[in-house]
Amino acid sequence: MMRFLICAGYMALLYGFIFLPVGVLALYSFQDGRFPIPPFQGFSLRWHIEVLGDSDLMAALAHSLMVAFASSAVAVTLGFLAARAVAGGRLPGARAIRAALTAPLSVSYLVIGLGLLASFNLMGQGLSLSTVAVGHIVINTPLCFAICAAAIGPAQMAAERAARDLGASELRVMWLITAPMILPALLAAFLLSVTFSWDEFIIAFLLSRFDVTLPVEIWSLLRSGLNPKTNAVGSLVFMVSAVAVLGVELTMMRRR
Amino acid sequence: MTAPIDIVDVTKRYGDAMALAGVTLGIEAGEYCVLVGPSGCGKTTLLDILGGFSDPTGGAVRIDGREMVGVPAARRPTTTVFQDYALFPHMSLLDNVAFGLRMRGLGRSRRLARAEEMLELVGLAGAGAKRPTALSGGQRQRVALARALAVEPDVLLLDEPLGALDLNLRRAMQDELKAIQRRVGATFVHVTHDQEEAMAIADRIVVMNAGRIEDQGPPERVYRRPASRFAAAFLGEMNFVPGVVQGGRAMTVFGALGPATQLPEGARVTLCARPEHLRPGAGVSLGVVRVIEAVFQGMHRKVTVLPEAAPDTPLRARLPVGLAADVGDLITLALDAEHLTLLEDT
Repeated sequence: MMRFLICAGYMALLYGFIFLPVGVLALYSFQDGRFPIPPFQGFSLRWHIEVLGDSDLMAALAHSLMVAFASSAVAVTLGFLAARAVAGGRLPGARAIRAALTAPLSVSYLVIGLGLLASFNLMGQGLSLSTVAVGHIVINTPLCFAICAAAIGPAQMAAERAARDLGASELRVMWLITAPMILPALLAAFLLSVTFSWDEFIIAFLLSRFDVTLPVEIWSLLRSGLNPKTNAVGSLVFMVSAVAVLGVELTMMRRR
Repeated sequence: MTAPIDIVDVTKRYGDAMALAGVTLGIEAGEYCVLVGPSGCGKTTLLDILGGFSDPTGGAVRIDGREMVGVPAARRPTTTVFQDYALFPHMSLLDNVAFGLRMRGLGRSRRLARAEEMLELVGLAGAGAKRPTALSGGQRQRVALARALAVEPDVLLLDEPLGALDLNLRRAMQDELKAIQRRVGATFVHVTHDQEEAMAIADRIVVMNAGRIEDQGPPERVYRRPASRFAAAFLGEMNFVPGVVQGGRAMTVFGALGPATQLPEGARVTLCARPEHLRPGAGVSLGVVRVIEAVFQGMHRKVTVLPEAAPDTPLRARLPVGLAADVGDLITLALDAEHLTLLEDT
C-alpha cells in the first residue's frame, strides 16, 4: 500500500512537471481580464474569439500549415528514397552513408538556420515561406530517413526480391511493394515532421520575411507584452501538435 | 512453356571462399531436377545464379540457348518459390498471384481470372480475398507456388519450398508438386537438403558437396550405383569396405568382392553396400558376425554387427524381423554381390 502511494505520488509529480505549464497556459487563455496571471477572474471565450478574428494570426496559421505539410511531404519522400537505397546493404559504404544522413539530427537548429541564411544570401535567393520550407526539409529529412530505414527489414527485402523476380521494375517495386508495406512508418514520419515543422521557431524566424509562420507571429505578439490572447493562440498551437502526435501513436500502435 | 538449362563450368567466389568450384550441368526441358546436399554445398548459390539474384564469377548459364549471365531477374524466363514464401502481406491472395501478370501488362479482369485458376490448381479455390497472414504455412507455400506459376515461366526455381512444413505435410506436398509439374510441363529446379524428398520427386537428382557436383542422374541409378563416396553416404546408409585391386578384382578381408575392374593392380578401392543388401541367406559370405546393436523398426530390424573376420569394420544391415538377432548373438551374413559398387579411393 505504502509502495503504491509512493509510486502514484511520483507519477503525479512527474506528470505535473510535464503538463503544468501547458495547463496553466490553457487555463489563463480563458481569463476574463487583461492579464494571464493569477488570480483567475472568471471564464471567458473572448480571447479565443479574438484570436480567430485576427487576420495576421490566421494568415500565419495558414502559412504554418502549408509549410508543415509541404516540407513534410518532401522530407518523407527524400527520407524514404534514401532509406530504401541504404537498406539491405545494396550500396557499398551503406553504414557511412547512414551515419552521414542521421548526423544532422544532432546539429542545433540555430546553426542550420544560420548556414541556410548564409547560403541563400550567396545564391541571391530572397527569403519567403519557400525558404522556411527548405529549412524544415533539412531538419526533418534525417528523421524521416531514420524512421524509414528502421522499418525496412528482411521481410521487405524478401518481398522486393519476389516482385523483381515476377518482372517488376525498380520504380514499381518501390511504389507497389516497399511503400505500402511500410505505410505506418511513412505516416508516422510524416506526422512527426508536421509537428516539428509546426512548432519550429528559430529557422522559420531566420529564413522568413513578410509572410511568417505562426511561431514567428506569436513571438512578435509577445514583444508587446503578455496577454490572454497569446495564451489562447498558444493552446491552439498545442492542440494541433497534440493531435498530430496522437496520430503518430495510433499509427505506430496499429503496427504492433 | 518449358526450356532446357545449360550450366557450363560455373564458379562463384565470395572473397576467399569458393561457393561453386566449377559446376557443369545440363537439365532437359520439362525435367524435374533436384539439387541436394548439405548446407553450404552451393546448391542455393546455384539456384540464385539461375534466378538472376547473383552473377557467377565465371562460366556460362543458358536457358533455351540464351545466355543469362547479366540478365536481371525481372527479364528471365524463370520465377522462384522462395524458402520464406515472400508473399506480399498488403495484398489479397488473388492480387499476390496476379502480380506477375500485372507486371506484364495484363488487364485487371483477365489477370484476376487467371489468378483464380492458379489458386484452384494449388487447391485454394475461393480463398482469393484472404490476406497471406490468415493462412497456415502450407497454404502460404501453395500461394507462393501459384504466384510463381501464374506467369507461365519456362523454368520454375524452388528454394527449399517444403523446408518449413511438418513431415506429413511435406510428404503430401512433394507428391502434389510432382503432379503439378507434370501438368504445367515447365522445367523445375528444386533445392533441398532432404534426400528422401529428393529421391521421391526428382527425374534427375544432383548431389552437391563443397561447391561441386558429386553425382547426378536418375535417383535410382544415383542411389544404387553412386559415383562417389560422398554421394553414396548422403543418399542413405552405406557400408564401406576397403580393398586393394588384385587380379582385376577387389581383395578385401572377406576375400575377392564386387565387380571386375580395369583399375591397375594394387590400386586402393572401396566397396559400397547398402544395409538392405546384407542378408542371412545366399551370396558372398561375410562369415560369422556378432550383433552389437539392434533396433526394431517395424518392417525390419536395423542391426550393427562386427564380423569376426574384420572386428574393426562395423557393418550395418536390415534384417527380417523374423530372424532372431539380439545384442550379443552370433549370426552368419552374406552380401548380395550384384548390388556392390566399387569406387576408387582418391
